[in-house]
Amino acid sequence: MTVAPPNPPSVLQRQEARWAWAFLLPCFLGLLVFTYLPIFASFGLSFTYWNLLGTPAWVGLENYREVLNDPLFWKAFGNTWVFVIASGVVEVVLGLLLAVLLNQLVRGQAFFRTAYFLPFITPMVSIALVWGWLYDPQFGVLNWLLQSARLIGEPIAWLYDTRTALLSVILLKIWKNVGYNMIIFMAGLQGIPQDVYESAHLDGASSVQTFWRITLPMMTPTLFFVLMITVISAFQIFDPIYLLTQGGPEHSTDVLVYWMFKNAFEYYKVGPASAIAYILFLIILVLTFLQWQLRKRWVLHED
Amino acid sequence: MKINLFQHDDGKPMQSTVWFTLLSLGAVLMMVPFWVMLVTSLLGPEQVFQTPPELFPQTPHWENYGRLFSQIPMGRYFFNSVVVAVVTTVGQVLFSAMAAYAFARMQFPYKNGLFFIFLITLMVPPQVNIVPLFFLMKSFHWINTYWALIVPGLFSAFGVFMLRQWFLSFPAELEDAARIDGCNPWQVFWRVALPLAAPAMAALSIFVFIGSWNSFMWPLIVTYTTEMRTLPVGMAELKGSFRDTTDWALLMAASTISILPVIAVFLVGQRQFIKGILMGSVKG
Repeated sequence: MTVAPPNPPSVLQRQEARWAWAFLLPCFLGLLVFTYLPIFASFGLSFTYWNLLGTPAWVGLENYREVLNDPLFWKAFGNTWVFVIASGVVEVVLGLLLAVLLNQLVRGQAFFRTAYFLPFITPMVSIALVWGWLYDPQFGVLNWLLQSARLIGEPIAWLYDTRTALLSVILLKIWKNVGYNMIIFMAGLQGIPQDVYESAHLDGASSVQTFWRITLPMMTPTLFFVLMITVISAFQIFDPIYLLTQGGPEHSTDVLVYWMFKNAFEYYKVGPASAIAYILFLIILVLTFLQWQLRKRWVLHED
Repeated sequence: MKINLFQHDDGKPMQSTVWFTLLSLGAVLMMVPFWVMLVTSLLGPEQVFQTPPELFPQTPHWENYGRLFSQIPMGRYFFNSVVVAVVTTVGQVLFSAMAAYAFARMQFPYKNGLFFIFLITLMVPPQVNIVPLFFLMKSFHWINTYWALIVPGLFSAFGVFMLRQWFLSFPAELEDAARIDGCNPWQVFWRVALPLAAPAMAALSIFVFIGSWNSFMWPLIVTYTTEMRTLPVGMAELKGSFRDTTDWALLMAASTISILPVIAVFLVGQRQFIKGILMGSVKG
């Protein structure tokens, strides 16, 4: 580095700043046009009535009122929370369990890691189609397996039954994402210094005690990160709903993003769709903020 | 020494065979959908709808894969997906590297504020933007063109954040040497910094490629003719086109074809990819 001369900025410094702006320009302009502008436009549109032809007309909070008075919005809202909590809890707990188990393996670690992780990288559309076939009430492999094992008598209609449709999508989501959590947890586990375990062992701590008193507390930063990513990705679920259930049967799989999509691109109700988008944004914002607060209180030794 | 978390309190390791068996069973369960997909893609029309389902086909019907290209424009979908994924990857990695380099290695006014503004975008779910973005594409007359499929995906704060971490970590001596040799900042970036960042860029590339290859909602919204559909949208259209009975063999062949490229990319760059995931997470 050159020796920093005292201010005012030297010719060299101004030159460097100009180069820096040039390096930043493409990305900054791109984000400006394709991210910031739409964020504000979306906010603005949520307060307007627009039939896609003329100019949008200001209607104040009317869209929010319409959305919040719509029982179908609340149906989608409730389904989304069920989806987020059910898939989130299982993905985090199962991901952690898999990571702890895989970390113990002396042999075959790479094989198992790949096997559990592979679903995560595959296209959701292709995988949703495969699961649609597995779930087929008449010819699907799932009903056949369960019936052969005498676990169920009558075939289950999975995606076509209001009682099981959301569960079916949850199972698919868990299968696809649990490997991602596992990978992150494995990295977190490997970051725990071994001597902590050694001294715990010498002090006669049992394996259960070691897990609750050492592994879990030292993993809290990772745990928070995984929880956040899992929850946010669950809020954004769309592909399998669009492909397999279209929100049905009887709105039992309507979720927020799908409900927004339908309003915008099927009913051409841009204002209410934008209002739903902002409600979703607000939920995620609040959750992120809560996460920060909890993190400050609970996380150990974070530098 | 290796400490076993799963041990009896008397210090003897718990029978690891139990855990090993459970893990193996789980792995088999994870692979079942892939196996069913592969097998179904090779079944003849009368074998698909039979009970018990045929799980080890005796005579594979390879012609299902031929039908993908004769009955539906699979070649076109595939081509579109490759074009979009490759251009998006190259562009996003390059633009991200440039911005990341400026943030990591250069001094300029408002640097921290600008970086913060970049980071904020990571908190916005893409669905919040999608409606206005669609109308933006419409006003550009980009609907149903490669422009709409590619350009909005070229800019990502995530890539900037990830590569910045990398650029921050390497020593300044090499850059100084190049500077003394008379290189301007672009030459220093292109000839010194980029080659050194190759591992991080490889990780980001795999990440972006897979993300672009798998994306569905955006191409669904901005394309409306068969010629512009990407693979996932084309497959969704195929699924929706069946009236009475679904041609599962054809659909599963399409799924197999669409999954192969990401599995190939992943297996080749597995270590880089996982490194990339962790770069995005640790200290995130």
